[in-house]
This record gives sequence, C-alpha cells and structure tokens, in this order.
Amino acid sequence: MTSDPAPGPGSRLAHQLRHQLPLLVWLVAVWNLLWGTWSWANLLAGIVVALVVTWLLPLPPVVGGARLRPLGLLVFLGTFLADLVYSGAEVAWQTVRPSGIDRSAILRVQLRTDSDLLLTILSESVTLVPGSMVMDLDRERGVLVLHVLHVRDDDDVERQRASVLAQEERIVRAFGTDDEIAALSRAPGEPFPAAERRTP
Amino acid sequence: MSALQTLGDVVAVAFLLLGALLCLTAGIGLLRFPDVLTRMHAGTKPQVLGVLLIMVGGAIRLQGWSATWMLLLVAVFQMLTAPVSAHMVSRVAYRRRHVRRDRLLVDEQHTAGQDRLYRGDEPADAPPEEPATALAERVRENREDGTR
Repeated sequence: MTSDPAPGPGSRLAHQLRHQLPLLVWLVAVWNLLWGTWSWANLLAGIVVALVVTWLLPLPPVVGGARLRPLGLLVFLGTFLADLVYSGAEVAWQTVRPSGIDRSAILRVQLRTDSDLLLTILSESVTLVPGSMVMDLDRERGVLVLHVLHVRDDDDVERQRASVLAQEERIVRAFGTDDEIAALSRAPGEPFPAAERRTP
Repeated sequence: MSALQTLGDVVAVAFLLLGALLCLTAGIGLLRFPDVLTRMHAGTKPQVLGVLLIMVGGAIRLQGWSATWMLLLVAVFQMLTAPVSAHMVSRVAYRRRHVRRDRLLVDEQHTAGQDRLYRGDEPADAPPEEPATALAERVRENREDGTR
C-alpha cells in the first residue's frame, strides 16, 4: 500500500520505511476511519498525511517485532473481554455499595518477559482491567509495580499476583516469539541471558 | 417500523443505559474513595467499559457505517490513552507521598526498600521523617544524575 517511494536513492530510506510500515498503515487507517467513507482520494490523502507525519515527527522503531499466533490471540482477547466486563461490574458494585471499599495493596510482580512490545501490551491490558493499575515498571529487573483495589487478606494478594502472571503468559503465547515462550518456564528473578536481550 | 428495528432499538437503549450507569458509578467513586490511587481506579476503569457500551449502543442505533467507524476510533483511542493517564497520575501521586498507607494491606514497593523515607499521606513539601537518611539519599541521587 505504501511502497511507492521505496526505490529512492539509498537503501536507508527503504530500511526506515520497512520499520515504519505498521505505523504508516495505522495512520492511513485512522485517516480513512475519520472520513468515514471509502474512496481512492481518501486513501491517497491518507498516505500523504501519514508520510508527512512520520517524516516530521519520527519515532524510534519497535525493536524485535512480534509474531501473531491466531489461537493465542483469541484466548487472550476472550479472557480480556470477560475480565473487563466481570471486573467492571465488580468495581462498579464496590463504589455504590454502602460499606464502600476495603483496603488496597501495592504489589511488586516479577515478570519473565524481556521485550518492550510485550511489556507495553501487558501494562496496558493490566491497567485497563478494573481493579488493578500499573504504577511503575522496573525495566532492568523486569518488575511490575501495581496497585490493586480491594484486597481482604494475603490470599487475595497472591491471587492478584497469579492473575498478572497468567495474563503475561497469555500475551506471550499470543504475540511472543519461540524464545520468549520458552522463557516463561524460566524461574522468576533469574537474569535474562545477554544474548536474548531484545533491547539496545 | 419493523419488528427487527424495534428489537435493535431496545438492545441499543439497554447498552446506552448500562454504559451511562457505569459512568455514573465512576463519578460516585471519585467522591467516595479515600485517596488518589483508589480514585484513579474509579475514574478510569468503570468509565472505559461504560464508554465502550455507549459506543456499541450508538453503533446499533445510528445504523450508518461512517458513524460506526468514528465510534470504533473513539473506543480504540479511549482504550489506548486511559491506562497511560491513570499510570502517570498514580505514579506521581505515589512519589509525592499522596498515599493513605493506613488503607493499604501491603506495600511491597515500600517494604522492598524502594521508598523507605516516607510513611504517610503527606503534602509534597513535608519535611522527611529521617532527615539524615533523606539528605544522604539526595546527595547520592544528585551524584548519580551528574554521572549519567
């Protein structure tokens, strides 16, 4: 769709374009959705706007990239939607019930993933699900700090921790590479081998 | 008006009302919850689901593709941006010590030694409880900032 200016003077442009392609496609899609109607003029204008935006406001490329596994994606999306509805109803009930909320907690969860993209997806989805919110992320140690609403006792705390780890596993099985899936069975807290590090 | 259209209207109204109710609980939560962190939960979470339900209801009722695409975009951007703002506000609140620690069951960030100087819901310019440790900490941070 956006391969027109690729055969430029240098291969640097082509390289850049390949890294920016998902972003370009997304921008073109947003432009077309904003117009609401499909036409070739909208598509061409969208491509022009996307190229100008990525040229004027460049972003660093996402390192590594992802691989999409349809089955894992379905499991992840299904669980996520169910979580969203169930916890949404629960938090809504906790706000209106006469006794109000119980105590909350701040947890540190040791993760097993070491990829910027997967960690971003995990943080977004954990924060979107009601009742838990990411407060901080220790990128070096791979520790997620989150605030959970409504815990009664230590069992609840451990349940929340386990649910975050389960969410991480679903995300890695949906978007991760083979290496990252293998890393799930590694003991938590064990340092990542330098060769597998995906961040510069 | 056909029976199918009436059915669509009923479903749409149900979605819209449910979404509006969830947004109402978000507002009530902002008033009832005790501190910044819990209020961020109320302000962002039920409201995301509420907006999504309203979008679905609107898409059923409006019956035009151009409106549907627009609603889809609203939903996508809502889901992309709400967690970011919640995270930024809560992080700043924690670092500025606007935390009701008496309402926390556990605070592993505190017990893990990441935040050992402050213990209560204090204003941001409150004097530290252990001035000597705080001074040493600040000197260390300044040195690290200088070498970075």
